[in-house]
Amino acid sequence: MAPIVKVDDLRKVYKGGFEALSGVSLSIEEGEILALLGPNGAGKTTLISALCGITTPTGGSATIGGHDIVTGYRAARAMIGLVPQELALEPFEKVINTVRFSRGLFGKSNDPDLIERILRQLSLWDKRNSRIRELSGGMKRRVLIAKALCHEPRVLFLDEPTAGVDVELRRDMWQVVEGLKAQGVTIILTTHYIEEAEAIADRVAVINKGEILLVENKADLMARMGRKTLRIDLSEPLDRVPEALKDYDLELAGDGEALKYHYDTRGDGTGITRLLQALAKEGLSLRDIETRQSSLEEIFVGLVHEDTP
Amino acid sequence: MNLHAIQAIYIYEMKRFFRTIMESLLSPVISTSLYFVVFGAAIGSRIEQVEGVPYGAFIVPGLIMLSVMTQAISNASFGIYFPKFIGTIFELLSAPINFLEIVIGYVGAAATKALLIGVVILITANFFVDLDIQHPVAMLAFLVMICLSFSLFGFIIGIWAENFQQLQLIPLLVITPLVFLGGSFYSISMLPPAWQTVTLFNPVVYLISGFRWSFFGTADVAIGYSLAAIAVFFALCLAAVWLIFKTGYRIKS
Repeated sequence: MAPIVKVDDLRKVYKGGFEALSGVSLSIEEGEILALLGPNGAGKTTLISALCGITTPTGGSATIGGHDIVTGYRAARAMIGLVPQELALEPFEKVINTVRFSRGLFGKSNDPDLIERILRQLSLWDKRNSRIRELSGGMKRRVLIAKALCHEPRVLFLDEPTAGVDVELRRDMWQVVEGLKAQGVTIILTTHYIEEAEAIADRVAVINKGEILLVENKADLMARMGRKTLRIDLSEPLDRVPEALKDYDLELAGDGEALKYHYDTRGDGTGITRLLQALAKEGLSLRDIETRQSSLEEIFVGLVHEDTP
Repeated sequence: MNLHAIQAIYIYEMKRFFRTIMESLLSPVISTSLYFVVFGAAIGSRIEQVEGVPYGAFIVPGLIMLSVMTQAISNASFGIYFPKFIGTIFELLSAPINFLEIVIGYVGAAATKALLIGVVILITANFFVDLDIQHPVAMLAFLVMICLSFSLFGFIIGIWAENFQQLQLIPLLVITPLVFLGGSFYSISMLPPAWQTVTLFNPVVYLISGFRWSFFGTADVAIGYSLAAIAVFFALCLAAVWLIFKTGYRIKS
């Protein structure tokens, strides 16, 4: 099946010469959740803005559902919903009116049942007749999401959707995202919260300085790049790592109550068996053992760091 | 054509107008009444007639023009500037609509508001003076064209403006003087010959003259010139708006 979003060598050079996108290529399959990770100024928002028609790309091309974003902008944009990073809302308008307005803008006739369903799902129904300016920041974020969903997009762009929102909204958001995924909606999200990407994304793309550094299945990425840590809790604390265990590159943690051992799952052998035997030989008694996979964040920081000389 | 989008923009904009209906309509009514008190009663009693029309009635078309032009400009410029200012413009840019639909929505709403205000002033004027409109259809056509073209002009200002001061600049520095010097409250023939020639370079003269003709059948300049002037102004504004969207001037980066 053809990808629902196809970006081909997309470029954007702003007036003044700043190159925000330097040839981005990306394919996104229908129904998947792609997390776009990158530091500030990496080009995440520019990429989304270009795909949504807010900025004009200076080179390359992109299609949404097979429709070119420039020549077939009407069909392409009709499929898109966008939740922007900024809380851009008309302060004097009522919640329900601004949501209806969005639906109309996208060429759809009013559908009170659908709008009620969306507002209820986002806990906004009770606030439907409130003016936007009376709402808290988190509530405004919900309104933006409602506006993006009310015209039933097939592709949803979430630009930093949970920046500065409370735990409750974040939980609601993930419920909404799960519901949309079940309906086959494709979701592209940018985020600073890597645990967010880790929790819900199917694939992860890392962008830095206007270039895609990698796009990979999240699980593969973590398996491929993942270093694991073995934490060994000791019954009796140690002052220092015993001489006989020097070769294992152990790290003393928790006031000497634990030892940390880093290993790579890609290696031929992890060395765990040997280490445990050595520990037994030293006469150390173990209270607990725990292994931990390095998080996406560590991988991400490593990647971006490598890229920055 | 994305009719739903045009409708959505139009209704949204009109709602803003009705939200402040009192302020929107009350201020033109009060200022019109004041003009009648000052110009009609105080000064007008010393001026008998202008071109066979009592002075109080003579200033009605000019008064309507003055309000309609400034209201059309301020409504339309604010209508599009505000989304730019608060950032909601992203939604217009990302929606499946083209420039024509955006313009029809915003300019249509601004022109409707200006038209309503024009009609309210006309009704108010009726309480002060006897009005016998000779060419009502032409009057209405003129009024609609003025509302539309000045709303278009206001839309351009709203796109161009980068702050609230600039939003006020053109109406204050250009439009108000042109309207006042354009024969709103006098006939061009009352000026010395040299100033008459200068005045003919003021495009607003042609608009007011044409509009006045529809009321009283007399005009400073031939009605054909007035029609040409409004057509040219409308076409120029339309071309400018088209260029703005073509190039993304001050809306798209």
